[in-house]
Amino acid sequence: MLEISNVSKLFNPGTLDEKTALVGAKLFMKPADFVTVIGSNGAGKSTLMNIISGVMKPDAGEVKIDNSNVSALSEHQRSRWIGRVFQDPMAGTAPRMTIEENMAIAYSRGKSRGFSFGATRAKRTIFKQELQRLGIGLENRLNAKVGLLSGGERQALSLLMATFTRPQILLLDEHTAALDPARAELITSLTESIVREMKLTTLMVTHNMEQAIRLGNRLIMMDKGRIILDVPEERKKDLTVEQLLGEFERISGKKLADDRIVLG
Amino acid sequence: MLTSLTGAIESGLLYALMALGVFITFRILDFPDLTVDGSFTTGAAIGAVMTVNGTAPWIAVICAFAGGALAGICTGLLHTKGKINGLLSGIIMMIALYSINLRILGKPNVSLRNMDNFFDHISVMIIMVIIAIAVKILLDLFFKTDIGLSLRATGDNARMIRSFGANTDMTTIFGVALSNALVATSGALVAQYQKFADNNMGIGMIVIGLASVIIGEAIFGARSIFRATLAVVLGSIIYRIIYALALRIEWLEASDMKLITAIIIIFALVVPSTRRLFKQKSVARKRTAEMLASMEKAQSGGTR
Repeated sequence: MLEISNVSKLFNPGTLDEKTALVGAKLFMKPADFVTVIGSNGAGKSTLMNIISGVMKPDAGEVKIDNSNVSALSEHQRSRWIGRVFQDPMAGTAPRMTIEENMAIAYSRGKSRGFSFGATRAKRTIFKQELQRLGIGLENRLNAKVGLLSGGERQALSLLMATFTRPQILLLDEHTAALDPARAELITSLTESIVREMKLTTLMVTHNMEQAIRLGNRLIMMDKGRIILDVPEERKKDLTVEQLLGEFERISGKKLADDRIVLG
Repeated sequence: MLTSLTGAIESGLLYALMALGVFITFRILDFPDLTVDGSFTTGAAIGAVMTVNGTAPWIAVICAFAGGALAGICTGLLHTKGKINGLLSGIIMMIALYSINLRILGKPNVSLRNMDNFFDHISVMIIMVIIAIAVKILLDLFFKTDIGLSLRATGDNARMIRSFGANTDMTTIFGVALSNALVATSGALVAQYQKFADNNMGIGMIVIGLASVIIGEAIFGARSIFRATLAVVLGSIIYRIIYALALRIEWLEASDMKLITAIIIIFALVVPSTRRLFKQKSVARKRTAEMLASMEKAQSGGTR
């Protein structure tokens, strides 16, 4: 489904600030794979996400979706296949537009946008049904401006908007990190049920070790632009946080340094 | 007094199209586009020259619309593809248009006296009310379509709309083009109304447009697109009424109007934000007092 081969990316090449974000990163994901990604600061997790979604172009290597090379396509062209939820709850929705208008924008993913109305009666019924899935009453507030919602509500809406059109690939970039524990738990359980129900091929970056182990069927660990550990389903089931930290120290020869790390 | 009031409302409606154009870039796209000063004259020039050469005035006005759109496309391309700062790309186009407009006009001003006129055989008030309302409603509807939604989202959260597959370069160019098309149409209509086109008639237009948008929003609010576009049209009329009243003050000259416009904008921008600040402070003070009071209560409760 998703194949990343030998992807490398340098920031500020040729200057004193040159920084290696990714070196020869390789990743292959089967359909319906749910991979969690952990790693130290500056390991290249966000760069990996940005390269898959097309926000950044790699210096070398290629990205394939469903066996077709998408390396040359821009972000908006790739969005046909890729749904994405950002860390910032404000990033995934348009605040001055209503819930229904935001849903209409998400609904047009992969379609050409023309002069037909964004929110028709037929679409509104679909939006309501989908919003009910969140269980936070947004289906009754279709005409409320999204800017009036709380961070947790906005992130739940972002998650729904990124997924309800069933994209091939879902990218979650620490999407619970900016929320309080109760909200984060709500978003996490929503993520779990949506991904399972829609069988989405998902890549999730997280700082929460416990979450990384609990969610998904595979776990990868990154350091200095490389994928240093790939834990398959069988081993992941019995993994503990201590083992994971120990493993990191053994491979990279240092402690996992992450200023936002949550052990769970 | 009454004739000057009718005159003010008429010009308010004529300039309302320009103000709606400014509203699209300034409020919807969040792109302060200064092309307006040039494209207003471009519209007037195209409309006037075509009329002088015998084209039906209404066709000339439609061509002005297209000419404005073209100017907007250039600004949009400079900003999105050329990666030039938004303000600067507008200024560049404004300067370029100054020369282009002179070329179109052929001389600094062109008179339309004794020519066919857009407002022949019809009341300016009636036709302009119809045009202004029609444009307002068409814009309202447009902003509800899929393209309109992605255009609004481009100004609201560009990163988000890209992740849903809209090409924000295209939506920006489209929005700036639509904006300048309306501005140029307004210019063409104003030229027909005052029966001449002048190469300097667009100077300061962006500030007048902004003033109309801001006055309208301050008085009528902008909660929905419907309300916002209505506010812009009414704001344009109110601006013209203020203008007419200011001209009646003896020691003010017509040339002082640009300064007055600037002052109106400063007031309209500063007053609401200071008022908000004061309100926040007083609420904070009240809340702190409440919290302190409840703490004291809890303490005295503890000693009992």
